[in-house]
Amino acid sequence: MSTTTLDIAQAAGRSSQGVRRTAMEVATSLTLALVGAAAIWDSARLGAGWGVEGPQSGYFPFWIGMILAGASLANLIPVLRAKGAAAEEMFVTWPQLRLVMSVLIPTVFYVAAIPVSGIYAASAVLVAYFMMRLGEFTWRSALPAAAATAVVAFMTFEIWFLVGLPKGPVEELLGF
Amino acid sequence: MEEIGLLMQGFAVALQPENMLLMLVGVVLGVLIGVLPGLGGANGIAILLPLTFAMPPVSAVIMLSCIYWGALFGGAITSILFNIPGEPWSVATTFDGYPMAQQGKAGEALTAAFTASFFGAFVAVVMITFVAPIIAGFALRFGPPEFFAVMFLSFACFIGMAKGSPLKTLAAMMLGFLLAAVGMDTVTGQLRMTFGSEEMIRGFDFLVAVIGLFGISEILCSIEDGLRFKGQRAKIDLKVVLRTWAELPKHWFLAIRSAVIGCWMGITPAGATPASFMSYGVARRMSKDPNGFGRGKVEGVVAPETAAHAAGTSALLPMLTLGVPGSPTAAVLLGGLIMWGLQPGPMLFVEQKEFVWGLIASMYLGNVAGLLVVLVAVPWFAAILRVPFPIIAALILTVCAIGAYTVSNAEFDIVLMLVFGVIGYVMKKLDYPLAPLVLALVLGDRTEEAFRQSLLVSNGDIGIFFHNWLSGGIMALGIALLAWPVLTWARGALAGGFGRARAA
Amino acid sequence: MTLAISRRSVLLGLAAATIAGGAEARSWEPNRPVQIVVPAGTGGGADQMARVIQGIVSKHSLMRQPMVVVNKAGGAGAEGFLEAKGARGNPHMLIITLSNLFTTPLATGVPFNWKDLTPVTMMALDEFVLWVKADSPWKTAQDLIEAAKAQRLKIGGTGSKQEDQIITAAITRATGAPFTYVPFRGGGEVAVQLVGGHIDATVNNPIEAVTHWRSGALRPLCVFDEKRLTATEKMTETQAWSDIPTCKEQGLDVDYLMLRGIFMPTGVKPEQVAFYEGLMAKVRETPEWKELMQQGAFNTTSLTGDAFRGWLTREEERHRTLMQEAGFLANPS
Repeated sequence: MSTTTLDIAQAAGRSSQGVRRTAMEVATSLTLALVGAAAIWDSARLGAGWGVEGPQSGYFPFWIGMILAGASLANLIPVLRAKGAAAEEMFVTWPQLRLVMSVLIPTVFYVAAIPVSGIYAASAVLVAYFMMRLGEFTWRSALPAAAATAVVAFMTFEIWFLVGLPKGPVEELLGF
Repeated sequence: MEEIGLLMQGFAVALQPENMLLMLVGVVLGVLIGVLPGLGGANGIAILLPLTFAMPPVSAVIMLSCIYWGALFGGAITSILFNIPGEPWSVATTFDGYPMAQQGKAGEALTAAFTASFFGAFVAVVMITFVAPIIAGFALRFGPPEFFAVMFLSFACFIGMAKGSPLKTLAAMMLGFLLAAVGMDTVTGQLRMTFGSEEMIRGFDFLVAVIGLFGISEILCSIEDGLRFKGQRAKIDLKVVLRTWAELPKHWFLAIRSAVIGCWMGITPAGATPASFMSYGVARRMSKDPNGFGRGKVEGVVAPETAAHAAGTSALLPMLTLGVPGSPTAAVLLGGLIMWGLQPGPMLFVEQKEFVWGLIASMYLGNVAGLLVVLVAVPWFAAILRVPFPIIAALILTVCAIGAYTVSNAEFDIVLMLVFGVIGYVMKKLDYPLAPLVLALVLGDRTEEAFRQSLLVSNGDIGIFFHNWLSGGIMALGIALLAWPVLTWARGALAGGFGRARAA
Repeated sequence: MTLAISRRSVLLGLAAATIAGGAEARSWEPNRPVQIVVPAGTGGGADQMARVIQGIVSKHSLMRQPMVVVNKAGGAGAEGFLEAKGARGNPHMLIITLSNLFTTPLATGVPFNWKDLTPVTMMALDEFVLWVKADSPWKTAQDLIEAAKAQRLKIGGTGSKQEDQIITAAITRATGAPFTYVPFRGGGEVAVQLVGGHIDATVNNPIEAVTHWRSGALRPLCVFDEKRLTATEKMTETQAWSDIPTCKEQGLDVDYLMLRGIFMPTGVKPEQVAFYEGLMAKVRETPEWKELMQQGAFNTTSLTGDAFRGWLTREEERHRTLMQEAGFLANPS
């Protein structure tokens, strides 16, 4: 384990700069209210009434959307009323966010790469990248580990269990 | 008794050396299937089923039922170690299993989970052996209203669970219901909330959501505390099994209660998932220390595991006697029976006695074989946590992506998984409870369906839920369970000075 | 370990098969695993059939490459159909269809038509039978119709705006007797709901209800086909499939058969279609397949090529008419 990353981690918790919890609460509540509104809109289209033989397709989603929107908006009240320490509380500090992003951003690239390169090649690169970037392994250990991951996964899924996963140009070349 | 004689005959067949070998292979394959979230018990058996057509039916059944056991046992492993439930009924196991692993008690949690599974499944097999014909008839009493009543009871058992803000609990649960409703409405065949997107027609699969909400978000949360998982330094050897076993007998009542809940839910056939949630909810409510639940209490592992596996096993009963599968895995096995020229249903017990008792005998033996294999492997499983974080995180992400993809072979589901991961991260940090969301997501559409089927049957008369003692009784029990926490809930909301109207 | 052995034996068997079949046209063969997409859930009729085909192909070593079953049930099968539609030119994908080939696009407006696929072969047609509880007072279809006119009865079926509900609507149209249709998730569940007395009648496929018939819990009233079923083997003490009258004989002029067919994506080469036509013909000759046909009292008609296309064109028109009459068509919006 690297000492530098641990240092960052310790500093991360203490830092006072970052995204405020209040801001995140408001954003989340508004997003959920929006989801509720979308459900209400779509259910109204389908018919949200109570027919002769029970509720129509849109009945439950309509009211669930109403409750979701209502609960989310009501949740804003205590958040906006909060004063003092509660209002100052951090959702995530910048150093913490940096750590989270150090995993999240490569993962986004990984997911985006799967349709193009297939899941095996993408996974091998992800393993190698994590080992070398996050865990100070050298390429001497990272590359074999990456290759092993891809090969073991390939054997398990494609050969033994006959589960087809997304494949890319490399597998194409090998004739799969 | 004729049954006992046939059962002994079944044991004799199953104990032949080549069949013993098949059992071992089956269990190991099953554990592998259970551990990889992409290969649930149902897919696993579906994939291996064609292979078994080349064997004699008895050997094939022995191997398949061992795969089934292995998969049941294996499902708990990722839930406890990485907070990733590989099967819907393993979700409740994560609530306390994962905190235990974080506290360095992964070995204890695994041992408790395996032993509980074994116990639950064992009780169910014994029940199948001796009271099958009586119980099978009971399942026939379950029409749509009774089914809705059972779902209602599951929610009622669980609702008191939520800690923290009632508004957030409500919002999380409603979000779960909405996600469950996306896709085709089974009652009218209309598409709901797909907003014209072809990817949305599929709806949100429960596993994709859970892999993201639990697994991915856990990785994001744990890196904030430095690049590592907690609890990796615990020393683990086989003694942990014995130590845990010494503790387990004091939970005997909990285990029996959970097994009863599980058997009942398996037969009805509501299935293993509501059974695990209901059992967890009841255990927490009956406990002297309800607040310890969710923080790594061994009861929180024993209750859902026992119930889930009692239900999973007793689900085979409606399959064999009525031809209705109680679980997806059972559904695939059903296809296998037909392929062997065996027609499941009431006549199976009459016409194919040898086969049925051979199957039951292999269920006993497979359960024992499965327990032995997984217990021996406990230290190895727990040792996975010692792998350095960068490697394990990359592997978990890979396994999660494969798992999300294989649910319905859609690349879009991998994207969804990641989105759910970020949602889970935000919700966890803002103290939105995830359990109500998951419960609503997994049971939401079945509950709505049963409600609307009931009203179709009754021509819109809501009184149908109280039309006989069975559904009326279950509904009344559910309402009673609901009333108590709602009162405390409302009081809490009033004391907070907001949301009065919402709480009512 | 078993896996390795059986894979090898499959390969050996195949080598033998290839030598034996050397004289046949070997213009094209799959060179990677072949997917069978099932546009329905695990355990249903189409799924069972796909898995039986998969089992037969591997047991009799009919193909060098393995066959893999993939369920894509979302949106009443729309998910599976759209997948196949998008896999233009892929010779390693098959899709097994049921009536939702016609009903799903018509009922939901999902942009899909059977012409977005290449028809390979019709494997069989699935029959429908009108069932009631054995202890009910209704002995003929007319008894049930008369009872339904007096008091609204409930017919259970699989899914919504699919074959079971179409038949129910057709009965109402033919006789004027109103029925409440209650949708469930699968045929087995429907049969048990009838045995439990929660609904009054069903239009289950033979295979879904046969075991309850044999145990004496259910009674078949009539079969929705123009002629009686052919299986003459006694299923109960007194009756064989062939003893069930047709609905027409009983004055209920409704007939309906459900397609069990194999399709490929569009843009595939004729020799590729020919390979799968040949493969499926071999599957239909195996004892396992005949056993399945016998048990489920299937109508074993099989069509390929232009005859199959002609049949599909007629059936699509028929479904459009049936669904229009029942008011099941999606709004154009």
